[in-house]
Amino acid sequence: MLQSLHLRAALVSVMLLVVLLGLWELTSQPPAATEALTEYELLMGGADQEARVPPPSAVIGLAVAELSNPFYDAGPNDKGIGIQLGYSIYRVLTGFTLAALIAVPVGFLIGMSPLMYKALNPFIQVLRPISPLAWMPLALFIIKDSEASSIFVIFICSIWPMLINTAFGVASVRTDWVNVARTHELNAFQTAIQVILPAAAPTILTGMRISIGIAWLVIVAAEMLVGGTGIGYYVWNEWNNLDLTSVIFSILMIGVVGMMLDIALAAATKAVQYQE
Amino acid sequence: MPPRFLEVKDLAKRFPGKDGELTVFEDVSFSVKKGEFVCIIGHSGCGKSTILNVLAGLDQASGGEVYMSGQEVTGPALERGVVFQNYSLLPWRSTLRNVTFAVQARWPGWSKAQVREHSLKYLHMVGLKDGAEQRKPSQLSGGMRQRVSIARAFAIEPKLLLLDEPFGALDALTRGTIQEELLKVCAETHQTVFMITHDVDEAILLADRILLMTNGPHARLAESVRVCIERPRDRTTIVHDPAYYPIRNHLVDFLVSRSRELSERDDAARDAGGSNAVPVSGVPLEVDPGADAMRTGADGAKAEHHANHLTGRLKAVNGN
Repeated sequence: MLQSLHLRAALVSVMLLVVLLGLWELTSQPPAATEALTEYELLMGGADQEARVPPPSAVIGLAVAELSNPFYDAGPNDKGIGIQLGYSIYRVLTGFTLAALIAVPVGFLIGMSPLMYKALNPFIQVLRPISPLAWMPLALFIIKDSEASSIFVIFICSIWPMLINTAFGVASVRTDWVNVARTHELNAFQTAIQVILPAAAPTILTGMRISIGIAWLVIVAAEMLVGGTGIGYYVWNEWNNLDLTSVIFSILMIGVVGMMLDIALAAATKAVQYQE
Repeated sequence: MPPRFLEVKDLAKRFPGKDGELTVFEDVSFSVKKGEFVCIIGHSGCGKSTILNVLAGLDQASGGEVYMSGQEVTGPALERGVVFQNYSLLPWRSTLRNVTFAVQARWPGWSKAQVREHSLKYLHMVGLKDGAEQRKPSQLSGGMRQRVSIARAFAIEPKLLLLDEPFGALDALTRGTIQEELLKVCAETHQTVFMITHDVDEAILLADRILLMTNGPHARLAESVRVCIERPRDRTTIVHDPAYYPIRNHLVDFLVSRSRELSERDDAARDAGGSNAVPVSGVPLEVDPGADAMRTGADGAKAEHHANHLTGRLKAVNGN
């Protein structure tokens, strides 16, 4: 039954895809020319007076071409999609890892000490709602490096969900389990590693999953601002080139990579999940 | 005189309340001999669990001291193993790894193989084998979880084992089986045990001595009842022991009426003021209903009193 449910759902998905792509394809056909095109009209892309969204067939064609050679590098403005995505993933992972290195220990501190929770809470509440891109000018000024600044923006946007979830997860570890550690004479460090960390791990990983999602949203915008490399820069660059086929293709690639990051974190969360 | 194995002196627990302090219990004094199995019975709210937590070192008393082999108990220690009512197993660890957790903490120098072997020995002792070692607590029944918890406590070979209503959440059938296993393991290891229970029959089956508490607030230890039934005991035959019903009646009578009457008398004495109040002794009254009944015989005044008292009262208890 479950098997057939999966099968039926997949069938509906494929049908929806075909219908939507078909509609899109049909509505974005340029009108057929009634007479032979002049040389000027040919240069301007046909008899159509209006710019149109490219049809899916064009996007698929481009995708096949781009994905068959994703890592070519023909100068600053012409790099393969793989290279651009690689830059973005590298920035997201670097910023995210730095954030995790700080958020998890600080979250532990806040979760275990009501004093530190009360003391740090106002800072967190003020800093958390700031749009990560608002940090960009300050980061550029202080760091004086656009690459490092975009990593900083990723760092600052992914730290909060991890910090808050870690603190929450640590604070809500059942007293029974802490008592087990106490009756077995575990010291603070052993308790943290052997009891609190595994107990809070699912909550911490959930925070990380939220963080990486936000980081992937933010990197596109950050790269549009700082330029140079990355998928965000690529989207903006193709917009400037008026190459909407590439824009649509890169939008899809952003979605695919974001999904893969989420799947990876979901798998990690599942690995540390336990049932009470 | 050598120090007693476990000595509790004038233990009290008070909470600051809106109108003055709320005293849960006070003047609780008793001692436990090495190898003795002591149960404590009282109604909810009399502070039994708090006493056990103080013995475990997990809770602080407001007054009084606890000494173990002459040393004051100030915090939790591996020499006192605890079995909690809700098992308190670490759900992300397998059955075996829940026990190795404790064994590793107890003997940090041991090799992995040694820890494993020792843990398996205790798991087998409580009847967990054939793959149950590798399962997570969530995949076990309540009875099996409590077995793991008991194995974990026994595996660290504590000097004193503290059991907080360990069978409270189990069905009667499972409870009976695990009680027998506990009896067997205690007999093998000569374990000193302090246990909280609500179950009169369980207390008689397991304990050498049963401590009875009056109702809270201002609860105190009223009686220390000796269970003179010889070991080894068996769940099915213990009821035929001539001392069984005198002891059982005494306990039920206490729970049904005397715990309340004593509390009311204490309250009245306290309200009357210190001058004409009967000084309440912290040391519980020693009672031996089994032997008393034997001595006075079936038509002795005391036994008859108990019997009359109980035919009416037992129904009330069973109806609860």
